[in-house]
Amino acid sequence: MNPSPSEGSLWLVARTLWYREMLRFMRQRSRIIGAVATPLIFWIVIGSGMGRSFRPVGAAEGVTYLEYALPGSLVLIVLFTSIFSTISTIEDRREGFLQSVLVAPASGASIALGKILGAASLGVMQALVFVVLLPLVGVPLTLLSAAATLASLATVSFGLAAMGFVLAWRMQSTQGFHAVMNLLLMPMWLLSGAFFPPSGASTWMSWIIQVNPLTYGVALVRHSIYLSGSDPVGLLPSATVCLLVTGIFAGSMFVVATAMTARPTTS
Amino acid sequence: MQTNPGRPTDEYANAAPPPESDAMVGRDHLDTDGRDTREGMELQAVKVEAISHKYGQRAALTEVSLSVPTRQVFGLLGPNGGGKTTLFRILSTLLTPTRGRALINGFDVAKNRAEVRKRIGVAFQSASLDKELTVMENLRCQGHLYGLRGRALSERIDGLLQRFKLADRANERAAHLSGGLQRRIDLVKAILHRPAVVLLDEPSTGLDPSARLELTDLLKEIRDCDGATVLLTTHMMDEADHCNQLAVLDQGRLVAVGTPEDLKSNVRGDVICITAKCPEQILAKIHLSFDGSAALVDQEIRIEVENGHQMIARLMESFPGQIEAVSLAKPTLEDAFVHLTGRHWGENSETLESGR
Repeated sequence: MNPSPSEGSLWLVARTLWYREMLRFMRQRSRIIGAVATPLIFWIVIGSGMGRSFRPVGAAEGVTYLEYALPGSLVLIVLFTSIFSTISTIEDRREGFLQSVLVAPASGASIALGKILGAASLGVMQALVFVVLLPLVGVPLTLLSAAATLASLATVSFGLAAMGFVLAWRMQSTQGFHAVMNLLLMPMWLLSGAFFPPSGASTWMSWIIQVNPLTYGVALVRHSIYLSGSDPVGLLPSATVCLLVTGIFAGSMFVVATAMTARPTTS
Repeated sequence: MQTNPGRPTDEYANAAPPPESDAMVGRDHLDTDGRDTREGMELQAVKVEAISHKYGQRAALTEVSLSVPTRQVFGLLGPNGGGKTTLFRILSTLLTPTRGRALINGFDVAKNRAEVRKRIGVAFQSASLDKELTVMENLRCQGHLYGLRGRALSERIDGLLQRFKLADRANERAAHLSGGLQRRIDLVKAILHRPAVVLLDEPSTGLDPSARLELTDLLKEIRDCDGATVLLTTHMMDEADHCNQLAVLDQGRLVAVGTPEDLKSNVRGDVICITAKCPEQILAKIHLSFDGSAALVDQEIRIEVENGHQMIARLMESFPGQIEAVSLAKPTLEDAFVHLTGRHWGENSETLESGR
């Protein structure tokens, strides 16, 4: 009568933990509102309010700041959602749910995969709402570029969710996570070319921008939106480089996340 | 609870432990699953061999050895800080002991986690339910974690919900259920995959007396109907009284193992407790002119003696006006603990049991 979980159960476990994230999200309405409203307000206030006071350096003619800030806003939605979803790892631990997962014969990879996919899916689902708005600001979105945009966002989202998982895994309280949010995640996002074009930055800052993996994520999304047409903001890393960096970031974060779940404790 | 030896799986390959440097544990003792078969057919459900564990400098467990036969409700009894939660975490594969080893159904809990995890069902001190999910959703998720799925899983869940009288609660959110009900669902979670050994950490925490009695019955049922071995930690004497066997842990050491009756029979006859203004003086005189073992425990004179009622009469005559209160009782597990350790139950309860 013994169950013998094998490779097939990797997906079974990942799927059930993913499904759990979906259920939890649907039952917490405030999270939905918070995750969509925050970037929306950000985008409208900064984009339209301050948009008149400066123009993105190096932006193509006719590109408004509102339009310039759109890919960054999409990434911000994904960042907020996937990171906040993985914070729940800390609650899972505190409320005991995680412990019951850890004593099960499920592999670390399946646990990490379920949690990260759950967070990433939520990120993409909310970004989807936003992508629909793109034509309203005059971005000529084709079906193909919309699909490419969502695929790019999914990759970015997976990487960020995996990073959130890694950060949250050892943490005892959500307070600690807020410090990480302020010290790491917001700077990471601000210095990604999301709101300020990298071409206008000072030398040291442009170095940070260049080593920041999220720079390539934002650029990847920007490439995807303007898939066929001309690049509205010049001086972006090429799409191949963006895809490579974003993919490698997501993959390596997942590897780290898996390794962390497998580590036995001695205290 | 044999695994199917004909089907090599991933765990199967991982199951063979690395060669032991210790010559005592040669590989010829290990079967193809990496299971230690020196016990032959009489596999102990749980075997703890000289386990010590330190949190930094502080020793939480010192050289603890015990074995739990199959189909028992076995209690790890001890005050907070006694080390029982540490032992629980080691047995549930969450903690690697500093020294020694523990086997569950012959599998080493530190080296063969995957095999051990398939065979244990664990319920933690606080219910591990996801409060946002319904009872059914919680159980399905749990089943999937153990590789159960589809029809077989549904039938298993339905059967258990019937048995635990939870069928009408299946679609309620866990958050809306009482503590007693949550604990019951937690038990269902723990036995869903038919584990050979069920590990429970302080299962009666937060339960009212009637729910506690109910729990005791459920545990016996799990032992008798499911044929599982139940190992629980407790600091409650009434709960311990219901166990087949007890291991008493105090300050990280194993003090005694035996049935509750065995432990109580360590204490001779009756237990008399005396409260007095100057207990030291009285104690000195008792030592001079009375039988029985008398000791001062927590400012109270405690005497273990046969025929206690006769002694009380003589005591009252010998110390007129000096005795404030006196009590006589048959020995309880609490008396057994005092007898074994010389300390009152809970005296060291402020000792940290960290490492949650």
